[in-house]
Amino acid sequence: MSAHLPAIQIVVPLLAAALCVLVPWKRVSWGIAFAGSVTAFFAAIGLLSRVLDGEEIRYALGGWAAPWGIEYRIDAVNALVLLIVAGIGVVVTPFALKSVERELDGRRIPLFYGAWMLCLCGLLGIAITGDAFNIFVFLEISSLSAYALIAMGSDRRALVSAFRYLIMGSVGASFIVIGIGLLYVETGTLNLADLAERLPALHGERTVLVAFAFLTVGTSLKLALFPLHLWLPNAYTFAPSAVTAFLAATATKVAVYVLLRFFFTVFGTAYSFEQLRLGVWLLPLALVAIFTMSLVAIFQGNVKRMLAYSSVAQIGYIILGVSFASVTGLTAATLHLFNHALMKGALFLALGCVMYRVGSVHIDALRGLGRRMPWTMAAFTAGGLSLIGVPLTVGFVSKWFLVLGALEQGMWPVAALVLVTSTMAVVYIWRVVEAIYFGEPSPRAESATEAPLSLLVPTWALIVANLYFGIDATLTTSVAGQAARTLLGGAP
Amino acid sequence: MEVLGLFNYWVVIFLMMVGFYALISRGNLVKKVIGLNIFQTSVIIFYVSTGKIAGGTAPILIGDDHGVAEAGAEVLYSNPLPHVLMLTAIVVGVATMAMALALVVRIRETYGTVEDDEIQEQVLADEAVEGARA
Repeated sequence: MSAHLPAIQIVVPLLAAALCVLVPWKRVSWGIAFAGSVTAFFAAIGLLSRVLDGEEIRYALGGWAAPWGIEYRIDAVNALVLLIVAGIGVVVTPFALKSVERELDGRRIPLFYGAWMLCLCGLLGIAITGDAFNIFVFLEISSLSAYALIAMGSDRRALVSAFRYLIMGSVGASFIVIGIGLLYVETGTLNLADLAERLPALHGERTVLVAFAFLTVGTSLKLALFPLHLWLPNAYTFAPSAVTAFLAATATKVAVYVLLRFFFTVFGTAYSFEQLRLGVWLLPLALVAIFTMSLVAIFQGNVKRMLAYSSVAQIGYIILGVSFASVTGLTAATLHLFNHALMKGALFLALGCVMYRVGSVHIDALRGLGRRMPWTMAAFTAGGLSLIGVPLTVGFVSKWFLVLGALEQGMWPVAALVLVTSTMAVVYIWRVVEAIYFGEPSPRAESATEAPLSLLVPTWALIVANLYFGIDATLTTSVAGQAARTLLGGAP
Repeated sequence: MEVLGLFNYWVVIFLMMVGFYALISRGNLVKKVIGLNIFQTSVIIFYVSTGKIAGGTAPILIGDDHGVAEAGAEVLYSNPLPHVLMLTAIVVGVATMAMALALVVRIRETYGTVEDDEIQEQVLADEAVEGARA
C-alpha cells in the first residue's frame, strides 16, 4: 500500500472529483470531497516522512519505466509542497461546507466540489511529477478548474476577473509548453532528471536559452511575479471566500515550486545563476514587487483585495530568497512558501467568516466587529501579526532567514528594505485592526454574531499552526534546509 | 537557404504573433478568445513539425507478417512522441476554449455586452457603488 502512495496522492482526488459531480446531494458531494482531501493529506504526510529519512522516491506510473513512462520523483522539495497543498486542502474543505452554501446557488454546489477536487488534484500533480510535459497537463487541470471556481463568486465582477485570469494564465501555460518543446527538441527527453543530466553539455546553445526564457516568463505569469501579477488581485477579491483561501495558499506556491525546479534542478545553478546571472534580474523585480504592492495594499478599501496585493508582495519576498541562490536564501524561500500559506490561508478564512455573517469585506463593514465576533477578529489580528513578522509567529521565522540570507551576500541595504517593508505591512494591517476594535459599528455589524464553529475551527487551526511553527520552527527549518540543499545539488 | 529550410518555424512564429496580437489588441472578448486559440494552435504546429522528417513514414513495424523488418533494412520514421503530446494539448486547448466561451456567454448575460471597454465602465460603476454603500 505504502509503495503506491505517490499514485494514491493523485488518483484519489481525481476520482473524488468525478464522484462529486455524479451525486445530486450537496452534502454528500462535500463528504466525498472531504474524504478525498483527507486521503491526500495522509498520503502527503506518508511521503514526507519517507523523504525525510533520506530516501528519494521514484515511482513509475502504471509500471512503465522512466524514459518511456511518466515517473513520479519525490525529494524534500516537492514533498514539502505536497504537504502544503494537501494540508491547506484538508483545512479549507471543512470550512467550505457552510461558507459555500451561503455564497453559492445550491444546484451548483456538487459542480463546485468537482472543480475543487480537480484543482487539488492538479496542484498536487504539478508538485509530484517528474515529467516536464506532465507538469503542463496538471497545470492546465488546476488552472481550468481554478477559473471555474473563481467565476462562481457571487459578485458579477468575478466573471470578468476569471476571464482575465484565463487569458493571462493560458498565455503563461502556452509559454511553458513552448519552453518544454524546445527542451525536448534539444535533448530528446521529457524526464526532468534526464533533462538535468543532458542539459549541461548544451549550455551554450541558443535553443536552450530561448527555452529558459519561455519557461521563466510562463511560470512567472502563473506565480504572479511583478509585473505579471495583474490577474491576481481581482481574481482573489471576487472568488468565493473558501476558493480565495485555498488558491492564495496553494496555487502561486506550486508555481514557485515549478520555477525552483527548472532553475535549480533542470537547468542547474551554474547555468541560471552563474552563466545567465539571473539573480541580478530577479532581485530588483522582487524588491519592486515588495515595495509597490505593499504601498498599494495600504490604500485598498476592500480588505480581501488588500490581502491580495499583499500576496503579490509576499511572492516578492519568496523570489528575493531565490535570487540569492544560496542555502540560506533558498531555505528562506521554501520556509516562506510554507509560512505564507499558513498566514494567508488563516487571514482569508477569517475574512470568509466575516463574509458569512456580515456579507461584505469592505473595511467599513468591519468597523466595530471586535465586540460582535471576538474569535474571528482575534484570528484576523493574529494572522495579521504573523504577516507583519512579529516574533513568536511564522512570519518572523521567514523574515529572519531572509535577512540572514541578505546579510550573508553582503547586501545590507536589501536586509534593511525587508525590515522597512515590514513596517508597511504594519500600516495596512493596523488600518483594519483599528477599524475592528475602535470603529463605530455599522448597522449591519451591529446585528452580527460570532461565526459558526465549522468556520471558526479551520480558521483557528491555521492560526494555531502559525503560532506553533513560529515558536518551534525546528521541523520546518530542517525540512526547508534539506530542500534548499537538495535544490543546490548538495547531499540531502 | 537556411531561412527557407526553416519555413515551418516561420509559419509558427507568424501564427503565434497573429494570435498574440489579436489577444492583446482586440476589445471584443470573443476575438480575444479566438486570438488565444490561434496562439495555442501555433504551438501545436510547432510540436508536430519538429517530429516530422523528410521521407519518414508512420512509426509502425514494417516487414513481413510477424512485423519483423528484413535484416539490415533501415526504416526512416517520424518521431511519434510530439504528435501524441499534441493530442493532449489539443484536448487542453478545446477545454480552455470552451471554458473561455462559457465565461463570455455569462459575461454577456450579466453585463449585456462583450466589449471590454463597456464592461470596464460597468465594473468601475460597481466599485463606486461599493465604496458609497460601505
